[in-house]
Amino acid sequence: MTKGKITGILSNLLQIKVDGPVRQNEICFVLKNEQRLMAEVIKIKGDIAFAQLFEAGTGLQADDQVEFSGELLEVSLGPGLLSKNFDGLQNDLEAMPGNFINAGQRSEALDLEAVYTFQPLAQPGDKLKAGDVIGEVAENALMHKIMLPFKFEGTYDLVELAEAGDYNLQTAIAQVKNEADELLPVYMVQKWPVKWPIKTYENKVRPSEIFQTGLRVIDTLNPIAEGGTAYIPGAFGTGKTVLQQAIAKNNRAEVVILVACGERANEVVEIFHSFPELEDLATGRKLKDKTTIVCNTSNMPVAAREASVYVGMTMAEYYRSMGYKVLLLADSTSRWAQALREMSNRMEELPGTDAFPVELPAVIANFYGRAGKVMMKDGREGSVTFLGTVSPAGGNFKEPVTESTSKVARCFYALSQKRADAKRYPAIDPLLSYSRYLDYEEFQEYTERSVETGWTEKVMRAKNLLAKGIEARDQISILGDDSVPLDYHRDFWKSELIDFAFIQQDSFDDTDMNSTMERQSFMLNRVLEICDKKQDFEDFSTVGSFYKKLINLFKQMNYSEFRSDDFSKFNEELDQVFTANEKMEAL
Amino acid sequence: MIAQAFQPIYTQIKSLTKATISLDAESVQYDELAWVDGRAAQVIRVEGKEVTLQVFSGTEGLGTNAKVVFSGSAPKLRLSPLLAGRYFNAFGAAIDGKEELKGEEQDVKGQTVNPVRRQLPSELLATGIAGIDLNNTLVTGQKIPFFADPDQPYNRILAEVALRADSDRIVLGGMGISHDDFLMFKQRFNASGAGDKIVSYINTSEDPPLERLLIPDLVCTTAEYFANEKNEKVLVLLTDMTLFADALAIVSNKMDQIPSKDAMPGSLYSDLARIYEKAVQFKEGGSITIVAVTTLNDGDITHAIPDNTGYITEGQLYLKKDSETGLTIIDPFRSLSRLKQNVIGTKTREDHPQVMNALVRLYADAAEARSKKENGFDLNAYDKRSLAFATAYTEELLDVQLNISIDEMLDRGWNLMSRFFESYELGIRQNFIDKYWPKA
Ligand SMILES: Nc1ncnc2c1ncn2[C@@H]1O[C@H](COP(=O)(O)OP(=O)(O)O)[C@@H](O)[C@H]1O
Ligand SMILES: [Mg+2]
Repeated sequence: MTKGKITGILSNLLQIKVDGPVRQNEICFVLKNEQRLMAEVIKIKGDIAFAQLFEAGTGLQADDQVEFSGELLEVSLGPGLLSKNFDGLQNDLEAMPGNFINAGQRSEALDLEAVYTFQPLAQPGDKLKAGDVIGEVAENALMHKIMLPFKFEGTYDLVELAEAGDYNLQTAIAQVKNEADELLPVYMVQKWPVKWPIKTYENKVRPSEIFQTGLRVIDTLNPIAEGGTAYIPGAFGTGKTVLQQAIAKNNRAEVVILVACGERANEVVEIFHSFPELEDLATGRKLKDKTTIVCNTSNMPVAAREASVYVGMTMAEYYRSMGYKVLLLADSTSRWAQALREMSNRMEELPGTDAFPVELPAVIANFYGRAGKVMMKDGREGSVTFLGTVSPAGGNFKEPVTESTSKVARCFYALSQKRADAKRYPAIDPLLSYSRYLDYEEFQEYTERSVETGWTEKVMRAKNLLAKGIEARDQISILGDDSVPLDYHRDFWKSELIDFAFIQQDSFDDTDMNSTMERQSFMLNRVLEICDKKQDFEDFSTVGSFYKKLINLFKQMNYSEFRSDDFSKFNEELDQVFTANEKMEAL
Repeated sequence: MIAQAFQPIYTQIKSLTKATISLDAESVQYDELAWVDGRAAQVIRVEGKEVTLQVFSGTEGLGTNAKVVFSGSAPKLRLSPLLAGRYFNAFGAAIDGKEELKGEEQDVKGQTVNPVRRQLPSELLATGIAGIDLNNTLVTGQKIPFFADPDQPYNRILAEVALRADSDRIVLGGMGISHDDFLMFKQRFNASGAGDKIVSYINTSEDPPLERLLIPDLVCTTAEYFANEKNEKVLVLLTDMTLFADALAIVSNKMDQIPSKDAMPGSLYSDLARIYEKAVQFKEGGSITIVAVTTLNDGDITHAIPDNTGYITEGQLYLKKDSETGLTIIDPFRSLSRLKQNVIGTKTREDHPQVMNALVRLYADAAEARSKKENGFDLNAYDKRSLAFATAYTEELLDVQLNISIDEMLDRGWNLMSRFFESYELGIRQNFIDKYWPKA
């Protein structure tokens, strides 16, 4: 193996003089006081390798020894990933003793002693390719497929396959022969470099089904499709994290991978705390059962922030290749971009806009490109649905990370400072935000079948009413309450009704936090019906108080169980508001 | 921090800038402290044999033959219970005329707390101020700054909050604060009888600005000692973090780093996060709560310093003067406590979340009415009611001078709502209205 010596240190950027071949992105270890500090090669110039240390450089000296591993940054893939809490380099955080993480401390991602009950799903003599299923084991609620390792290129003969029974992760469960007649063992765990997409599928298909998040403003007004992508930009405090966590709780995915990238530790603690208790709507089991957390908070090594999102994506692709519906959430992709910027600055590269590296758009595009719905050779389907948050400096969307992401993500959930200030949560701007999937014909057909006929038109009508109402509001504020026709007030209040009754949703209320598609369609129909009802007013001030009564009733409905007695009572009271108003008008 | 006998002395400086020197030296560690003709300096770059040192008080007057002695390690601190009641400078040396501490030295760049070992911060930290307790409830283990214009009495309010909040220990980090404010802290702490539970690390506006870069590490290491080893409830005060960040900018500029927004280093986010993330609730009961001050320029919170801070901290308390009443308040709009969810409505009365939100929404209506008025439009009856409400809300709840219990705040909230509004105008759950709406 190649060895080296440190010749330069600038924060966590090392220059290492090497005595042999090195690979770009190879992992190396600085040997310091019995510790092995991990670093990744990011540039090579002559016999000098530049490496980013996944630690602070404090205490390092020139001439410190470095060992090269020959490997890129890889993750372990196998049963036991679910319910785990990893750091950005896939160390199992639970397996590290003590309150603090020491420099260079590592732990195995998977417990190699753990025993799983293996069920063979192939026969000796079968011809296999990378990704072909040879067996399965139960992992929490799902059947974890054991596949021919992704690194195996070409065709293999299955020579020997373990019988049904209990095996640990260190036991070879199969022997296969490659085209050169070499016999190779297969284990239930394999390794894969995080920067390489896992491409064992036959083809990618266009997303066409709603990926339910339980949030009305998303599922109905700006739906994300299963296998789709979305980004959520917003200034601090506008609700990015709350929104992602709400989605993490209310989805119907089979596997959820949460990447906390360079953000607050306490937000992850909240998940550690609640997920073992909360119920998974899809299975009725605990949320923790289907969730894996990758946690590289803002005080953890900066260089590992980049790694963390790739570690998350690679695990997501792994479960997708078993045929599962995977949700990947990353909060925040800007921190990863900033980590790239810090490094590129230290390397004194020519900077792009706002000092970000010039390749940023390509890096972001490649990452989003790894999401998607895929079809396997045997017809199984799997998907990775990806939502990333973006934290633009000063809340201004005209910056490189937001702009680069806008070119690749298909849904845009713009969080508005104004809405957040007014506590109109979720603060998703109803006019700026969009979902490209609403235009997909196959998506529209899907909603016709699974939600109701004419759904897309209804959604468009609600959006038009919103747009019209906001125009009316602008006119009213320019011309004054008295100087505009009464219609303007009515239009404005219709949009307020849609906002308060439908868009706003309380993520901290046990009932309101999650709305099924059936409930969403009921509510949308009800809101539209009310907007269509004949309504006459004497003057503009009566419009406001009339609508406030309606809004109050809708809110009470949202706080009540769907179709409960309370719910029906408030629903009926809506009609009484109209009757009362007609009586007033008649007088 | 005296050079050990066997340390070599270097006397050949190869280059000098306003804040840095470079020389050839052997076996030097990254971040190591050194002395250049008696001035404190720190290693900020190693390249082959050549090391670059940042001289905290500047290089003015240094000769190329200045004596450079390396200390053998990055900054360290002696930790002991005897820190209590003491005042130190940015190098951890006593400035209170008492003797230096003895004991074993410890690294100040502490390790990261393993996230899975953190507890969910959920112990309420009451201050009696409605802008905090009602609207932006704090908990132990939280990190939160005051955002304040330079003319706001932020340090006085910080001291007040520190003394009202329940804690076992207070660690004060003063960075570029005025000498007068330093004395104010000292007097208030002593007058309240809390003098003995306070440890202070002070860099005033009269000290070299770069030295303040060392303050947060000393403060956090001390806090961690009392919270982790002594299981104490520690409150950390950091003021003014804007001046700390300004010092970071000076260094990165001297290092020829490409600045990002507002001439700040690209690593500002990570640099600040490393400090603020020291806030923690340990399961053994100890905790570190950080209340900081970030001064603003002209109320501009999009500037890189408050902006990065807001992305890191668990909310912010935006101090401002209310133009109608002239009272200092914590602005209900831009202020936020992200951890309030962990206590409100569960550790406080059930109606807390809804009352708080309803009041802020009504206050937002008043803000709209005010801008309508400013634009010369007639106000309707609702506008007038909401304006009257806003004044009463400011005087009876938001005024930072008040000191009342949370139940009292909620009662006053219901009273205000019922004085100015009908119950259907609030959007509050019916069962709460039935229970708490004041009966005529
Ligand atoms: N949907 C919501 N319902 C109620 N409160 C919310 C909602 N979204 C955000 N908030 C409030 O705003 C705060 C900040 O939200 P958060 O998601 O942490 O912001 P960001 O991640 O954008 O900085 C939360 O702590 C909460 O008080
Ligand atoms: Mg967030």
